[in-house]
Amino acid sequence: MSKQVPKEVYEKTRSYKFKQWLSGTKDPFLDTVEMKPQKEFYESEKLIHEHELQHQSIVEKAYDLEHNAQVRLFQKIYNIFSVIFCLCLVFILLVGVSYLPKYGHEENPVNNEVSARYIGQGLQETGAINIVTGMILDYRAFDTLGESHVLFLATCTVLILLRKDKKKYQETAEHNDRIYEPKNDVILQTVARVLVPFIEIFGIYVILGGHLGPGGGFSGGAICGAGLILYLNAFGFAKTEKFFTGKTYKCMCFGALACYSLAKTYSFFTGANHIESVIPLGTPGAILSSGLILLLDICVGFVVSGTMYTFYVMFRKGGY
Amino acid sequence: MELFFDLLLVFLLVCAVAVSLSKNLLNSIIVYMSFSLIMSVIWILLESPDLAITEAAVGAGVTSILFIITLKKIHEIVKDEDKEEEHHE
Repeated sequence: MSKQVPKEVYEKTRSYKFKQWLSGTKDPFLDTVEMKPQKEFYESEKLIHEHELQHQSIVEKAYDLEHNAQVRLFQKIYNIFSVIFCLCLVFILLVGVSYLPKYGHEENPVNNEVSARYIGQGLQETGAINIVTGMILDYRAFDTLGESHVLFLATCTVLILLRKDKKKYQETAEHNDRIYEPKNDVILQTVARVLVPFIEIFGIYVILGGHLGPGGGFSGGAICGAGLILYLNAFGFAKTEKFFTGKTYKCMCFGALACYSLAKTYSFFTGANHIESVIPLGTPGAILSSGLILLLDICVGFVVSGTMYTFYVMFRKGGY
Repeated sequence: MELFFDLLLVFLLVCAVAVSLSKNLLNSIIVYMSFSLIMSVIWILLESPDLAITEAAVGAGVTSILFIITLKKIHEIVKDEDKEEEHHE
């Protein structure tokens, strides 16, 4: 709080005068202006009724297909043109596809020195048995960084569009949420109790084994998020909010993105290939073997699972 | 194996057409789910298991759930009793 000033002194200050001028109560030429509150907009019931009748007559006239020849003609033309447009699009796409090189042919443009290097030396350089993971998290880790940020931005957009801030709206949303759903459904709860741990463990396995077999951060994160959604559907928000709230998501997502950015931009600035990391390249096939890939996979997994879950919560309730 | 692959492709086409022609939105979402599932099997046959896992989790799982939630929000999914009442009115 600022120090207290007597009223007469305060009324002489410039900020007070400026405030008065801004609100229109004091004019430099007319001196004090008396302000009148604006009248509320009021429409008599007769007028409202008249407007409704007008609106209805317009709608009836526009959609009266039997008598309105113009609308009928327009609809016919619309249908014909939509079919023609679709056929044209199909034709163009088919012609485009026919020019593509044959699938799996050895003289295709994709079979150049880049893929030769990835396949030939990928295992030595990245330490990942799964070449795809070696590609997306080592050679092209910058792409994946952008992808995770795209996911984060998508969540931000959904938050902006669907978030309900006021308490009043939140309560009605909570009420609307469960209208058509069986609360505490026994079958769903039993199935969820059995399945959710397995789904989560499978998701974690897919994340951690990204450099050993098929999988990786994105798919594993999606599986984990799906498991969380199943749990939420079975047991409701009261249970999930014990361990996963909006704040958890923010911390998780920000931490994972920051970790990824720091780990990878360091390598970009210091010359891509040779960076020292905690985990050595090691023997292919061991979990702690392929440099930064495991860490990056975990980061991506966090971001993706959080994003999936937050999407669901936002769509359903509009806030945690 | 060739025959199985062709069968899956035909299924894919049927699903794609059925999604756009179905009158009931919930039905189209469920058909779209099966489209994603068939697509993930096709990814496995094309030797890209990474994509297959992602397709099964995102395409068949999360996207469909988001669609269904949206349908519920716009009150497109209604109980049968409510529907009959609407018809009576």
